[in-house]
This record gives sequence, structure tokens and C-alpha cells, in this order.
Amino acid sequence: MRQLAVFSGKGGTGKTTLVATFTHLAGQAVAVDCDVDAANLAILLPGEDEPPRDFFAGEKAVIAADKCIGCGRCARVCRFDAIERAARTYKVLPLFCEGCHACDPACPTDAITYTPNKAGVWTRRRREGGWLIHAELGVAQDNSGKLVAHVREQARLTAREAGIDLILVDGPPGIGCPAHAAMGDLSAALIVTEPSVSGEHDLIRFLDTAARFEVHPAVVVNKWDLSPELTERIEAMCAERGVPVLGRVPFDAAVPRLLTQGRLPLEAPASPETISALRAIWERFSALD
Amino acid sequence: MRIAIASGKGGTGKTLVATSLAWWLAQRGTPVTYVDADVEEPNGHLFLHPEPVGERRVPILIPAVDASRCTHCAICQTTCAFHALLVMPTHWMIFEELCHSCGACVAACPERALSEKKVEIGTLRLGQADGLEVLTGVLDVGQARATPVIEATVASAPKERLRVVDCPPGTSCSAVASVRGADLVILVTEPTPFGLHDLELAVRMCQALDLEVAAVINRADLGDEAVREFLEEEDIPLLGTLSFDPHLAKAIAKGQLAVKASSEVRSLMSSILDYLTEEAP
Repeated sequence: MRQLAVFSGKGGTGKTTLVATFTHLAGQAVAVDCDVDAANLAILLPGEDEPPRDFFAGEKAVIAADKCIGCGRCARVCRFDAIERAARTYKVLPLFCEGCHACDPACPTDAITYTPNKAGVWTRRRREGGWLIHAELGVAQDNSGKLVAHVREQARLTAREAGIDLILVDGPPGIGCPAHAAMGDLSAALIVTEPSVSGEHDLIRFLDTAARFEVHPAVVVNKWDLSPELTERIEAMCAERGVPVLGRVPFDAAVPRLLTQGRLPLEAPASPETISALRAIWERFSALD
Repeated sequence: MRIAIASGKGGTGKTLVATSLAWWLAQRGTPVTYVDADVEEPNGHLFLHPEPVGERRVPILIPAVDASRCTHCAICQTTCAFHALLVMPTHWMIFEELCHSCGACVAACPERALSEKKVEIGTLRLGQADGLEVLTGVLDVGQARATPVIEATVASAPKERLRVVDCPPGTSCSAVASVRGADLVILVTEPTPFGLHDLELAVRMCQALDLEVAAVINRADLGDEAVREFLEEEDIPLLGTLSFDPHLAKAIAKGQLAVKASSEVRSLMSSILDYLTEEAP
């Protein structure tokens, strides 16, 4: 089974648009949205969702008010500022509780128990040519890496079951825990950047991170004509590091308009240059090993 | 006062607004610290060009085992909710990237064989630019846990100054750590279905944290009206908009500060300033 992932380091460079476009061009594929903090791939890949399923990870502490004597020992051991005084007793702020179990041994009256934590929901969407696996992390949850690992596993199971041998991964932004969870077991990876000092800076940090995970991504410069000079500088940096550049996509004001209508930039009013650049990049990316 | 500049979606213009606002306020004589809390990909320094003043490393606490006391009872392993410790008959392993530095294992060890040691995972850089203090948190490449670096960065900014915090994208732990306790959150969004979807998530996050919210729409001419309608329904003040301007995009691409390059950005800044002086808590 081949797994191709698109990352960006910097947010907003066009990652989700590229993944949706590739999924369409691939014909048969399972797409998986690993940007579980702000999942947008479903907006561009219509189909029919199965009922959503809960994703549980970790626990949250609960203080029984009738047992709490208000001594405050729990609050003193909590390192996440997740326990605060409420009148004569203490209460847990669930948004900040990490379920670490440091507080309950400190409680002299055994007032603290734990409940399983619903960290988010995920679902499978049946769509023309395959499936989309997508998820939404609960508000202020700290389990995004685990949910990324979970949706990737579901994508593998779904692909196997459906006899599809291509998975397209929409990666999370950044270089921390969710990005690490999206980097394992890939056949090839692509980073979408833009020709700006911030695009360049974030690309370098992403390449350095990927190298530690033995991932060797290729690069695409989106909106390249906004700064041909920066595009050349980024491409030269890639050449120096031995990173293949698969192409350039021009800035095209029709693209956000198409996306607003839920349409992909593979048709007019997207310019012929945009459409052919996207097709050519997919040809090259899908041929990478 | 602490103002957080956030957005669910990445690339909407958070750094543009945060750097411009901090600089604009500093030029008007306000003691301001620009705090870059997007520690995975901190970009503010690329536009503010601070002169370095100093830096320090950001440590987290990780358990350390005293071999002479450990009896391999594995109570630490069963206590750890994050599976960061593995105890075997003759040795043990500590998985630093899984540890949440909660201290539960140290408290649980009946032999007092565990203590905590510091492991550095990031850097805090302080700089000066045009009368502005610039504080940047940088997560070390390869490290997974951004939150402790974000918390250290936000906590290091002097409380007596006005702090403009440039937040990471998303709505999970990193974003929460960067907005927690802010007096006002300005959400920067764009009028596309992506922008709207992620704006809704960011608004829900701020509501759950009981934070005051306002919004700015960037590239306001490249989309539809759904974001404005959402803001009206939610009664969230719209502090201003920016239209897509290729000249500004080019200036930013080269590392120029948006507020110096565009009069539209300057008028957005004065609307934000008006709001801060008249309406804000």
C-alpha cells in the first residue's frame, strides 16, 4: 500500500487544496485528514458520512464535592493549574486537566476519581473513487497526535477492506507532535511552501524535522509568481540540500473563489497554467518512491 | 494587558496583524512586548528584525532513576498515565517524548528512587526593535511538546507591559496555552469555507475559556459573505478588514513589516487602537 503525504510547516500555503486535487486526479484513493485541529479536507471532498464515532483518549479527574474537605493538597500538586478553589471545596477545570493521576494520591479523603475523556469524533465518508477519513478534535484537547495516529490506522484498515492501494494524507501544520504522528510509514512526502521569508523559514525547519524521522520530502512552491526572487532562492536551497522540487503553482485569484463554491482548481475560471501545473505536479509526486 | 492574535486556520495573517499592532502601539509610546508563541514556526522576527539582547534555554522536568534505590517494583510504570516509563527486571527505559512532566511517578515511588532532571527542549530569545521588545519562543527541531515552550514564552513577558501574543494555529493544546488568560483574543480569518470552519472552532475554544473575542478579516475580497454573517450572529465585533493587495503580499514576502508597507494596514491598526481604548475591558 502506498501512502503519500502533503505537509506545509507554515499554515495556509495550500496543503488541503493540493490533497483534494490529488485525490480527485488519483481516481481510486483513501484520503485522510490529519489536520485534526482544523480539518478542512471534507469541504472539498463531498460524499456521504457514516455516523460519527467517538474517540476516547486519557482521563479527566473529578472531585466529589461531598467528600472534599477543601485542604487544597490536590491543587498544590497539580502542575497544569487545572484545580481551583470553588467556595469551600476544590474543583477540576477539565480543559486543563491532563489526567496524570498526580492529584488523587495527595487527597486525604479519596474524593478524586477519573472519567474517560472524549477527545474528539471521527468518521468515514464514502465518496466517488474511494473514502475520506476525517476527524474533529474536541475543543482545547491535547490528544491531537493520538487522534492523527487513530485516523491513519482507520485509513489503512479502510483501504485494505476496499482493496484500494493508495492513501493520501493531508498533514497537520507545524513541526511538533501531530506532524510527527503523520510522518511514519510514508512512501513519499511533499511540502507545499510559498515564496516568502516565512515560507522559507518554516520549510527549513520542516526539512530539518523530517530528516530526523528519515522522511525525504519533495517541495512545491505555491503562488510562486508573488515573488520570483524568493522562489528561486527557495529552489536553490532545495537543490543544495538534494531536495527535489516538483514544480511551481502560479498565484490565481480564481482559486479561492472556486474553493468557496466547493470546487477544485481543475476547471475554469482557474487559469490553464494553474490546471496544468497541478496535473504535472501530481504526475511527478505519484511517481515518487 | 495581554492581547492574543489567533486563528484556527493557518496562514490567515496572524503574524501580519500581531507584528504590525505591536510596532504601531510602540511607536505611540506604549511599552509593548511582541511575544511569538508560535514556537513550532515562529516568524515574527523575520518582519521585526530585532537586535538580539539575550537568550535562555527552556527546560522541562523528566524523571531520573537512582539505580542504588530502585527495586524494579514498577509502581512508577503503572502510575504513569502516559506510558513514559518501562521497568524491566534488570533495567528501565524513560520515553522523554511521552512524559508530561506531571511528577506523579516521583510522588508514587515507595523507595524514593526517582527525582527529576531538567531536559532542554527550546529557546527563549529576547530582542529589541524600534523601541519594541521582541520575545520569541523556539521549539527545538525534533521535539514534540510545544506547550511547555509556549507557556514559558508567555509567562516570561513582563506583566506591566502591553503584550501582543502571536499564537500558533489550531484549537488544541498549543493554541489554548497561548491564549489562556488573555484579556482579548483577536481572531484573524479569511472569507472562505476553510476560514469559516476554523473560525467557528477558534470561537468555541475562546468561549470555553471564557475569553473576550474580536475579529479581523484578511483578503476580504477573495471569498463570500458567510464569515461576516457568522460574526454578526455570534455578536463578535469586526475590528476591520484587509483586501488582497499584491504589493503588500510582495512586501511581506521579502520580510517588510506590513504596517510600514501599506496604508490599509495602518488604518486597520488605528481601528484596533480605537477599539482597545474605547471598548476593551
